[in-house]
Amino acid sequence: MSEHTSDDLALDGGTEAVLTWDETIAAYDPVLGLEVHVELGTATKMFCGCPTEFGAEPNSQVCPVCLGLPGSLPVVNEKGVESAIRIGLALNCTIAPWSRFARKNYFYPDMPKNFQTSQYDEPIAFNGWLDVELEDGSAYRVEIERAHMEEDTGKSLHVGGATGRIHGADYSLVDYNRAGIPLIEIVTKPLTGFGDRAPEVAKAYVATLRDLLRALGVSDVKMEQGSLRCDANVSLRPRKKKPEKQAEVPFGTRTETKNVNSLRSVERAVRYEMTRHAAVLAGGGSILQETRHWHEDTGVTTSGREKSDAEDYRYFPEPDLVPIAPTADSIEALRATLPEPPVQRRRRLQGEWGYSDLEMRDVINAGAIEIIEATVAAGATPAGARKWWSGEIARRANLDGRELTDMGITPRAVAELDALVQGGRLNDSMARQVLDGVLAGEGNPGAVADARGLALVSDDGALGAAVDEVIAANPDLVEKIRSGKVQAAGALIGQVMKAMAGQADAARVRELIMERVGS
Amino acid sequence: MTNDLTRWSAARMADSLARREISAVELTQAHLDRIAAVDGSVHSYLHVDETGVLAQARAVDDARARNEDLHVMAGVPIAVKDVVATEGLPTTCGSRILSGWIPPYDATLVTKLKAAGMPILGKTNMDEFAMGSSTEHSAYGPSRNPWDLERIPGGSGGGSSSVLASFQAPLAIGTDTGGSIRQPASVTGTVGTKPTYGGVSRYGLVALASSLDQAGPCARTVLDTALLHAVIGGYDPRDSTSIHAPVPEVVRAAQSADVSGMRIGVVKQLSGEGYQAGVQARFNEAVALLVDAGATVVEVDCPNFQYALAAYYLILPSEASSNLARFDAMRYGLRALPEGVDDPSAEQVMAATREVGFGAEVKRRIILGTYALSSGYYDAYYGQAQKVRRLIAQDFDRAFEVADVLVSPTAPTTAFKIGEKLDDPLAMYLNDVATIPANLAGIPGMSLPSGLATEDGLPTGFQILAPATKDERLYAVGSALERELVSRWGGHLLEKAPTLATVGAEVAR
Ligand SMILES: [Zn+2]
Repeated sequence: MSEHTSDDLALDGGTEAVLTWDETIAAYDPVLGLEVHVELGTATKMFCGCPTEFGAEPNSQVCPVCLGLPGSLPVVNEKGVESAIRIGLALNCTIAPWSRFARKNYFYPDMPKNFQTSQYDEPIAFNGWLDVELEDGSAYRVEIERAHMEEDTGKSLHVGGATGRIHGADYSLVDYNRAGIPLIEIVTKPLTGFGDRAPEVAKAYVATLRDLLRALGVSDVKMEQGSLRCDANVSLRPRKKKPEKQAEVPFGTRTETKNVNSLRSVERAVRYEMTRHAAVLAGGGSILQETRHWHEDTGVTTSGREKSDAEDYRYFPEPDLVPIAPTADSIEALRATLPEPPVQRRRRLQGEWGYSDLEMRDVINAGAIEIIEATVAAGATPAGARKWWSGEIARRANLDGRELTDMGITPRAVAELDALVQGGRLNDSMARQVLDGVLAGEGNPGAVADARGLALVSDDGALGAAVDEVIAANPDLVEKIRSGKVQAAGALIGQVMKAMAGQADAARVRELIMERVGS
Repeated sequence: MTNDLTRWSAARMADSLARREISAVELTQAHLDRIAAVDGSVHSYLHVDETGVLAQARAVDDARARNEDLHVMAGVPIAVKDVVATEGLPTTCGSRILSGWIPPYDATLVTKLKAAGMPILGKTNMDEFAMGSSTEHSAYGPSRNPWDLERIPGGSGGGSSSVLASFQAPLAIGTDTGGSIRQPASVTGTVGTKPTYGGVSRYGLVALASSLDQAGPCARTVLDTALLHAVIGGYDPRDSTSIHAPVPEVVRAAQSADVSGMRIGVVKQLSGEGYQAGVQARFNEAVALLVDAGATVVEVDCPNFQYALAAYYLILPSEASSNLARFDAMRYGLRALPEGVDDPSAEQVMAATREVGFGAEVKRRIILGTYALSSGYYDAYYGQAQKVRRLIAQDFDRAFEVADVLVSPTAPTTAFKIGEKLDDPLAMYLNDVATIPANLAGIPGMSLPSGLATEDGLPTGFQILAPATKDERLYAVGSALERELVSRWGGHLLEKAPTLATVGAEVAR
């Protein structure tokens, strides 16, 4: 369930004690629960016709319905329901033939009606799973409890004060543009049996889910913009010597960590919470059931609001909306639109592209599968596409904290660049310069190469003259080659390249030298 | 017939306007004059839009002068209950917490009134957020019953009933969550219909209890009620619970007034003990008149009705507690600051505003509803109440197997005195005992005058209930009964009402 009060009430605490990772794992078995909120990429909000575009002028995308004005009524966005069903199907869930919205009642200024229209005991999708793979290729199944629809809240901006939170702020502003944006909340079952791999599984799950949602085309899944948000529930229980006995041990008290805004943070936050819990438990203390706030910069969580089971949202079925009752036919029609599951798809593409496991892992980590696929489709060699996207472009994207798709270079341009290299017109260092030009907005690769005068010289006349000169100037090296020390050719090639200011095809130069030396 | 335009039926007004015998401006001005003369003592209106209504009337006259195609009701003015959002006009719901709120949008039914060219005179008084049976819970003071100014005009729609009974408007919009259209009609000698749930869009009605609320027409005759019903009814894509079907043929049914062969079911549980003698007597006579007109009578048993009031007072407060949560001083309406707090938090401002902005009855129901929805109590209260609701719907289903319509007195008593039941919420709630079952089941109901109680000379009401979406049956039966009664009385019941003292500018016509 979406929360925001935790953010505002979180107080910065001191550093808490943690055990080492090995100590933690030796003594305790983790249980995870992951709640992921996905903002759907529908053109309009969940219950009104307002646009959902990110970054608009505050309170410019609102109407009586999403402002909760007296008398206004919600109407369900059918596209949102379709997306929810497709997500449920892709997560191998059962789709409820009949489900309802419910009101979750609590007061907060960024929630216009002071209740959130959500789903409670009748989610649209339930009982599914998602298979994930860790970097070393080991596979895990993550069981899904449910996926349900709800609306997002507005956004508070606390002005003044040191922390940007409500405490100490001079005043607060609320932007209701986000209020009513459709959300899907995906909740896992309590996840057990992952042991020391739990943090990695958590990260792999969110990454796989992100890829799946992207492939479904239902969301732009940008964690840094908040369109994909993850809350990580962690608890520990004592480790049993006999693994088969582990299931008998009751779960420990859990904490819910929020503000986990990147894939890397998912893993780090889970790992940190496990070591923190372990220190508390090992010291004879008990874990407080509470919301924790993850700090990306310092790598720790701090205590948020205490969250007890007594918190009462007084859920009841939303009387302003009619039940969602998709027909079996409509569900099957949506099933037919599902993309290939991410793990299968990766295996297939890896085979088609001929990447090694290591290369494929780099591609996955760079989030480059889709873009490489598009680049190959635009005519690039798989090796060339990989080299650019998970190499140089990924490096620069990382440096700037940007997405590959926001780098200002298209799959088509990369394919063109690759073609220039494959065709022998550019060598690597020239291609890199061309990339600079494309990223600087100088045009497409061909145009940049022309404008910057970048091209390998393969004209035998000009090359031949340079080769002749170098051979004449290095009789000793020539002798070495003739006596069988072929590697000495490297020094000659280097001199020719230098003479040609780098704009020569090294392979052709070697051929010409060998011809002339006659070995 | 009288020359005083305000005493005409809406049907006659529409007819005269169409024949260009009168103008919409003239008709509207007559009502504004009447309002100026009597509303000081009746207090039906919370807001009169003198400038706006005349401009709307003039626009109709101009359009007619240009021979444009006009709606049959074009130029007939109307009053709208203050729970309905009207763009540019204050909408307070009788509550202090919404003082000063001017909605930026029109309710769908208001859009329909405007499209039909019906000038809106103003907004009528009501119990705060429609919680009450007397208008005594209005933050702006009670409306009074034109039959006796010391008595209540019913509630929550007492503004809309008294406005009709005092000829300050020929038509009015009401809303009915547990009887707020029918009980006021009953105690003022007027007519009101709660349509089938979903028959009139709820978009723009400030919600009390979403699953029970229904807007409907109020008038002085059954035909006028039907004419208004036809204007405001119909599917609305903005209301997910509105019915996707044409409006029932209510006008034709009212004109036919045919009950021959119709089976009238008298609900055993809704008469006898607890009903005032004069109310019961007029009811029995009315049933006999329907038999004379060709109907047959059966008694029907609805055993679960005994739980209706209890279930209603769980469902309504539960939904209301959630619906009223939005009044928090953050975006519109009243904002009160807590006393003695230097730098109040949002929560403290919300609490302070709700403390001074809501009246006692509203707070009572919010507390009840919050409790009933609480974890651990939900199943015992809200859950049980929903089960009772289904049982009541089943009672109706069975009853409608043997009867085409069901009938009962609308309210157990005639109008009580202002202040009489204010300190006894349970006695107040009992007023709705006969009207509530229809809301719980979502079926349509009408109240029309059945006469005057002998013991106090005050109007009594006759309720007709029909199966869901069969609203036209209310009008066929109501119209037949009205015809019989009016011929007995020698005129409309309201002609027997005392003449109100007038002040100022009332113009005799
Ligand atoms: Zn909106």
